[in-house]
Amino acid sequence: MSLLIDSDLCTGCGACVEACPFGAVEIIGETAQANEKCNLCGACVEACPVEAISIDKKEAKADDGYQGVWVFAEQRRGRLAGVSFELLGEGRRLADKLGVSLSAVLFGHRVREEAGRLFAYGADRVYLADDPSLDAFTDDLYGGLLTALIRERRPEIVLCGATSLGRSFFPKAANALNTGLTADCTGLDIREADRLLLQTRPAFGGNIMATILCPNRRPQMATVRPKVMRPGPCREGRTGELVEVEPSRPGLVPKTRFIEFIEDLSEKVHLAEADIIVAGGRGLGSAKGFDLLRELAELLGGALGASRGAVDAEWISYAHQVGQTGKTVSPKLYIACGISGAVQHLVGMQSADVIVAVNNDPGAPIFDVADYGLVGDLYEIIPAVINQLQR
Amino acid sequence: MKIIVCIKQVPDTKNVRLDPATNTLKREGVESMVNPFDLYAMETALRLKDQFGGTVTALTMGPPQAESALREMVEYGVDETALLSDRAFAGADTWATSYTLAKGVKKLGGFDLIVCGKQAVDGDTAQVGPGLAEQLDIPYVCFVRRLIEVDHQTRRMVVERLMDDGSEVVEIPLPALITVVKEINEPRVPSLRGKMKAKKIAVPVYGLQDLAADPDRVGLAGSPTQVVQVFAPQPRGTRVRLDGRPEEQAERLIEALKKDKVLTIGAE
Repeated sequence: MSLLIDSDLCTGCGACVEACPFGAVEIIGETAQANEKCNLCGACVEACPVEAISIDKKEAKADDGYQGVWVFAEQRRGRLAGVSFELLGEGRRLADKLGVSLSAVLFGHRVREEAGRLFAYGADRVYLADDPSLDAFTDDLYGGLLTALIRERRPEIVLCGATSLGRSFFPKAANALNTGLTADCTGLDIREADRLLLQTRPAFGGNIMATILCPNRRPQMATVRPKVMRPGPCREGRTGELVEVEPSRPGLVPKTRFIEFIEDLSEKVHLAEADIIVAGGRGLGSAKGFDLLRELAELLGGALGASRGAVDAEWISYAHQVGQTGKTVSPKLYIACGISGAVQHLVGMQSADVIVAVNNDPGAPIFDVADYGLVGDLYEIIPAVINQLQR
Repeated sequence: MKIIVCIKQVPDTKNVRLDPATNTLKREGVESMVNPFDLYAMETALRLKDQFGGTVTALTMGPPQAESALREMVEYGVDETALLSDRAFAGADTWATSYTLAKGVKKLGGFDLIVCGKQAVDGDTAQVGPGLAEQLDIPYVCFVRRLIEVDHQTRRMVVERLMDDGSEVVEIPLPALITVVKEINEPRVPSLRGKMKAKKIAVPVYGLQDLAADPDRVGLAGSPTQVVQVFAPQPRGTRVRLDGRPEEQAERLIEALKKDKVLTIGAE
C-alpha cells in the first residue's frame, strides 16, 4: 500500500501540503512528494484539485494503527440525545470484547457538563469541542471536524445514532475518509476470528436482514437505529480523560449557515425519542380521532404516530408519519389504531418491543405482527382503555 | 438553472423475499419502479425550472434496463437523461455509488443544483446523497421539506430541513445538493407531450472508460463494505387475541402490558 503522486498531473499548487495533518507532503521542485511521516490517511487525495494523488488501494489492509471504539454523542440545544446513551452501552460492550477503550465525541457550545454524564455511562475518554461555531448543527463543521479528529486519532470503530442529524453528517465523514458506512444498524457484534465489526441491518423494507463488514478500510463506521440498543448502567462519579479538541482547522470553513430552529410545538414527545407511540390510520375516519389518540398518548407519556393514509387525508402532519416514506421508530410499545398494516407501514414500526393492534377488521395484516390484537370499534376500546388507566 | 436529479430504479420492495431453500433473493415476478422519493426530487427540480428556466437532467447508475426509469422521468418533463452503466459498476455499496455518480456529474459538465430523494426504498440508507456531495466537494442539506427562497442571481438558497425534534432553516450557496422528503410537494402527472418525447429520446450510456473512473473504486471490488450474510427476519408478534366486550378487552390489555413491563410511564 502506497501513496501515488502523478507528476504529470501535479501542478505543485500545495493544496495537499495544507491538507496533510502530519506534515508528510512537501513540494520539491514543482511536484508534491510524500515523506516518511505519511500514514496514508488520504487527506491529500481528497484535497488535490487535479486528482493527481491516489492511494494504491489494492493492497489496502486494515491498518494496525487503528484502535479503540468511538461513539458520537449527539446533543440538541445542550442536552444529550437518548441515543447517545444507547451508543455508550453498545460501544462499551464492543470495546470490552475487543479489549480497547471507549471514547465519546461531543461537539457543541456550553456542553462541558454533559461530558460527566458520558463518563458515567461508560466512556473512558471524551473528545470535547466546545465552541460557539458548533452551537448549531451544520454538516460542514460537524462532518469536517469529525473527519479531522478520526484522521489524527485513528479509532477502529465509530458509531453514531441513525437520527436525522447522524444520517445527515456521518456520510460526509465516511466519504471524506474513503471508508465504508453501514446505515441504520439494528445489531452489532465483533467477529472474534478477525476482530471485525459485524453490522446487521434490515434491507428491502425489512423483508431481509443483511450482515455487513468493512474489512479493509478504517474506521468501520455505522449509524445505529435509536431505541434498539440499551444504555448501560449509570455510575455516578465515574470519570475519565477529557481531551479538548481544537474546533478550527485549516480548510474547515462552513459553507452552509444555520438560520433558525423551528421547534415542533404541537407535541411534547417526539417520535424518534418516544418509548410509547400511539398511532392512527384511516380507520379513525376523521381528524377528530387523533384527539382521542392524543389523550391516550399523553396519559402514557408517549408520542403520536400516523399511517400514510391518515397523513394523506390531512388529519395530521407529515412529521408524525411512520413507515417507509415517513419515520422508522423502535419504541417499547406501539399501539396501532385503525391501521390496516400495509407493508410500507410495518417497515417503520416492526422493531418495536411490543405491538398492540386495534382494528375492526379481523383480517387486517397488522394483526400478523401484533403481540396483542383487539378486534372491535376503536372508538369503544380506546375510551375504555383511557378510562381504566385513569382509575 | 441547470439541475441534475439523481434517481434509482428499485424493485417493488414489498414483494422481495428470501428463498428459504437457497437463501438468495427471489427476484422473479418482482417489478421494478422508480424509487418513490425520487419523484419528489424530480418535481422539486421541474418547479425550479418552471420558475427560473434552464434544464433538468435525470441521472442514474444501474443495469441497461434502468433506461426505462429515465424515460419515465422524461414523461414528466425532464429534458435530458444519462445512464451510468457498466458491468464493473455492479454490486456497488453507497461509497462506490457516490464515487461513480460524482464521475457521472462531472461528465455532464456544470450544474447549479443536484436534487435527490431522501433515500431509496430498497436499501433505505440515505447515504448516497450526502456522499455524492462530499465526493463533489459541494455543500448539501438533507431531508429538505421546503424551499423558502431560491436566488439564482446571488447563487444561494434558503431551505427548511426536517429534524427529529422540529425543523431547521439553513442557507446554502450554489452549486449545492439537497435531498428531499415527500412533504416538499405533490409530483405532477406525466404529460402527453412528455410521453411522446420519452419514446423518442436517446438515452446516453456512459461506462467505466467514458467516465475515466478508477476501476478500483467502482462496483463490488471498489466497495469498502461487503454483505457477508443475508437472512430472513425473525417472524414477530405473539398474536394474542384479546376478546370480549370493549371494557374487558381494555382490562386484559392493561394487564398484559403491565406484565410485559412496557406500561411504566405515566400510567402507574
